[in-house]
Amino acid sequence: MDFISILSVFVMACFVGYYVVWSVTPALHTPLMAVTNAISSVIVVGALVAGAAEGSAISKWLGLAAVVLASVNIFGGFAVTERMLAMYKKKEKK
Amino acid sequence: MEHVAPPSWVGLAYLAAGVLFIMALRGLSSPATSRAGNRYGIIGMTIAMVTTLATHGLASLPEIIGAIAIGGGLGFVTARKIKMTDMPQLVAAFHSLVGMAAVLVGLAAYLNPYAFGISGPDGIIEVQSRIEMGLGIAIGAITFSGSVIAFLKLNGNMSGSPIMLPGRHVINLGTLVAIIGLTGYFTVDQSPWVLATITALSFLIGFLLIIPIGGADMPVVVSMLNSYSGWAAAAMGFTLHNTAMIITGALVGSSGAILSYIMCKAMNRSFISVIAGGFGAAPEAGSGGAAKVQRPWKRGAAEDAAYLMKEAENVIIIPGYGMAVAQAQHVLREMGDLLKKQGVNVKYAIHPVAGRMPGHMNVLLAEANVPYDEVFELEDINGEFAQADVAFIIGANDVVNPSAKTDKSSPIYGMPVFDVDKAKTVMFIKRSMGGVGYAGVDNDVFYMDQTMMLLADAKKMVEDINKALAH
Repeated sequence: MDFISILSVFVMACFVGYYVVWSVTPALHTPLMAVTNAISSVIVVGALVAGAAEGSAISKWLGLAAVVLASVNIFGGFAVTERMLAMYKKKEKK
Repeated sequence: MEHVAPPSWVGLAYLAAGVLFIMALRGLSSPATSRAGNRYGIIGMTIAMVTTLATHGLASLPEIIGAIAIGGGLGFVTARKIKMTDMPQLVAAFHSLVGMAAVLVGLAAYLNPYAFGISGPDGIIEVQSRIEMGLGIAIGAITFSGSVIAFLKLNGNMSGSPIMLPGRHVINLGTLVAIIGLTGYFTVDQSPWVLATITALSFLIGFLLIIPIGGADMPVVVSMLNSYSGWAAAAMGFTLHNTAMIITGALVGSSGAILSYIMCKAMNRSFISVIAGGFGAAPEAGSGGAAKVQRPWKRGAAEDAAYLMKEAENVIIIPGYGMAVAQAQHVLREMGDLLKKQGVNVKYAIHPVAGRMPGHMNVLLAEANVPYDEVFELEDINGEFAQADVAFIIGANDVVNPSAKTDKSSPIYGMPVFDVDKAKTVMFIKRSMGGVGYAGVDNDVFYMDQTMMLLADAKKMVEDINKALAH
């Protein structure tokens, strides 16, 4: 992909992010932070590439270390979001 | 290893992951759809990881599975054990990990550029990739060290009061200029020392940026670091030409930026003044000295409070962080239940900066089984205080301080506050008359005619009220 296509994706995603996040109810701002934390660990993609690549032992170990860190976030982030969201309950109808 | 263009399904898979992440955030527009949203996020992440492993990782699969198991296990256990009051620390800690992961990935890409497709077999990295790499590492390092300081402050390992270095603005600006300058130089000289210096200076500035920021501004800092972690992921996405990373980075970056904006607005503070730091330091001598005149106030007992609330039609409860510190949320919900049994209309009013991070108080109330449709935001409920018989303030202070509306010299002037003075009766739970709020200012609400001060530990006081209500 050339730079302009990548930049286009980025700029569009910023706008999507802007509108989507404003529509998040303030009551869920803490889960929002927890889940953005989890998804920003998609950086694990880069870590996996480094961890799997041949050619540089140091690079590989750095990659594996990054996989560990990102995995803490992915599993921890989604799990804690799930835990929080499960607590939000509506008033019982009488 | 030859560089062949990846099959087109790979690009589509990353795009699908990006779209699922958008849907994950979209789900959070209402508690009813939020859990489905979280599932979309999990599916998106699974697609992204499986795609990468299928195209790259088959060679060293055992090591990678091991790394995922170690990290994933740690994260999962932490997520299950963490107390909801400690959520801001956890989020800060998670931010630091994203930052560090970005730094490590950036360094790995620098050491093995050919594997990342950003250099020819000769190892000369493309100029554009050098800028992206430098920026990604810099933002990642700032996110890491900044989040570590935020974590230490929130967790109480470090004092919440600002640490002011002399000449810090000059030092910070100089460091920032040096980082940008070196990133520019990196495009002509890809020697290790250049990238190493960028990395070191970025760790340093993340640390320097957060130490002067006081505890009261932590909600802004946590949101800001959330944003940085997103931009770090986006910069790495540019380096790796990966759509999933770019879309996610942009989403998270905007999310954190919007939350920072909301927090700043809720405290009527400009973003620049938060970054400049120092808020919440000891008040200057002279200011407030005149206000220290003893003024009369009324003290109430739990029985009086219980009686008045039982007779009331509308009660609005305003919880603040002090409630969470006293672990009073569960007894507070019991109080709400007892009042509802008496036919009282009970609502909870939440200020955007109640708690230590955006939405923190809502989570704490949800944990105590308060239904979310009884919980209202500042602008939705502020008009209802005129009809309220009782405004019940527990663990909050600055967010009900009328001097934010009237006193131009007050440090919290202009901050939107609850109009509790319009309620017929105000009940204010406070440990003693001595302490002041986070911002260090006196509160006129204590001395109003209709105010009843309930001086005790918040949990103890609500328990006593509950006992009186049960009679």
